[in-house]
Amino acid sequence: MSVREFDVAILRDAVEELCCKLACVLPDDIRDAIEQALEQEDSTVARQVLEDLLLNCEIAAEESVPMCQDTGMVVAFLDVGFDVSFLGDPYEAINEGVRRGYKKHVLRMSVVSDPLRRVNTGDNTPVMVTTRLVPGDRVTITMLCKGFGSENMSRLAMLLPADGEEGVRKFVIDTVAKAGPNACPPFVIGIGIGGTFDQVALAAKRALARPLTESNVDPFYAAMEQSLLAEINELGIGPQGFGGRATALGVAIEVLPTHIAGLPVAVNINCHAARHIQEVL
Amino acid sequence: MSDQVETIRLQAPFAESEARALKSGQRILLSGVIYSLRDAGHKRLVELLKRGEEPPFPLDNAVLYYVGPSPAKAGRALGSAGPTTSSRMDPYTPCLIRNGLRGMIGKGYRSDEVVAAMKECGAVYFAAIGGAGALISRAIKEAEVIAWEDLGTEALRRLTVENMPVTVVIDTEGNNLYRDGPHIWLTRHHD
Repeated sequence: MSVREFDVAILRDAVEELCCKLACVLPDDIRDAIEQALEQEDSTVARQVLEDLLLNCEIAAEESVPMCQDTGMVVAFLDVGFDVSFLGDPYEAINEGVRRGYKKHVLRMSVVSDPLRRVNTGDNTPVMVTTRLVPGDRVTITMLCKGFGSENMSRLAMLLPADGEEGVRKFVIDTVAKAGPNACPPFVIGIGIGGTFDQVALAAKRALARPLTESNVDPFYAAMEQSLLAEINELGIGPQGFGGRATALGVAIEVLPTHIAGLPVAVNINCHAARHIQEVL
Repeated sequence: MSDQVETIRLQAPFAESEARALKSGQRILLSGVIYSLRDAGHKRLVELLKRGEEPPFPLDNAVLYYVGPSPAKAGRALGSAGPTTSSRMDPYTPCLIRNGLRGMIGKGYRSDEVVAAMKECGAVYFAAIGGAGALISRAIKEAEVIAWEDLGTEALRRLTVENMPVTVVIDTEGNNLYRDGPHIWLTRHHD
């Protein structure tokens, strides 16, 4: 087994570049989903909003202006190969990448250093990093810039095994209905089911990082994603909550084994500016 | 309410009579002078009014935009400038409406207390498209920090806007597009 020495400057520079792409260029899967929603939309008001969203994406990409002023808190999933040996501190490299990227591309600094004393860190760090060790010698970084209009409407529940699939569905639908216009529909809905109190929330966040073109690998959950999406799009909330079909663009479920006594579920809502990106280094 | 979208041009600031003529669901192209203010600025403004001091801008007939813009690039008035969630301003809003505030631009639900003050005093609530910050930024021609610069993105700014697209969500009679829009869609699809 050979060890791959990995200079963290590569990670830092990649993160710096990714920040601008994240903030200014809507990923293709989300853009395609908005276009598809426009084709299916039958409300004039809703169609107008979706057209404006597509126009907004064009302007943002052309002018390198953030599509949304809330350029978010950066969430990163770092998958590190067993055979990687870092030269330097990868966490500091990620933070330095964000520090440089946000400054260079004049993105909004939206992070406070303490939840109650609330002093802005001035450079949008720290990044919320979750590390996972995986086979191989690559470093994969998946980043979200997560706006808080939608984060604030996300919820977690410790359901009981007896609540079953029906209980999970009810909690998801209820959460989306309550989010309404506050979370900037049409949404992407990330759902975590199982695990523990902490891991279920992370699973929901991971689900948001999955491109909409991919379904859950388990056909049972892939079908549940589709049926939940259809049910959400019968709520009538529509783009911006003005009424219409397109309340959500996609639903992604990630599941984890759990305890015999529990059924944790987390619903993480993302707005239509569902900014996610991945790079393998 | 019909499905046809009516577009109206409106100049800010505007009087109570003009506010009372606006109807939920109308699409507005707003021009003139508005002020940006959000969480921390609201707290300061209300505290100042309670101390009996003069606000740093004429509150009478004013329109507030709940926005924390991204910084401006060279040659632009502001960076990305879409609305933030209005409900966080709800605790402060009735006091501002009773002191002359005429219009608010944001996104999302408002409290019953805010709607009551809007009906009583003739104020209107508009939504700008959340997440369309690059598009909205084009309508903002000038931006100047006039107070509370220490708040950074949350500073009080005077904005000169031209044909800024907004939608009347809650009118002075309390009609609410967030309630009526989905209701109309559902009625049409489940009859």
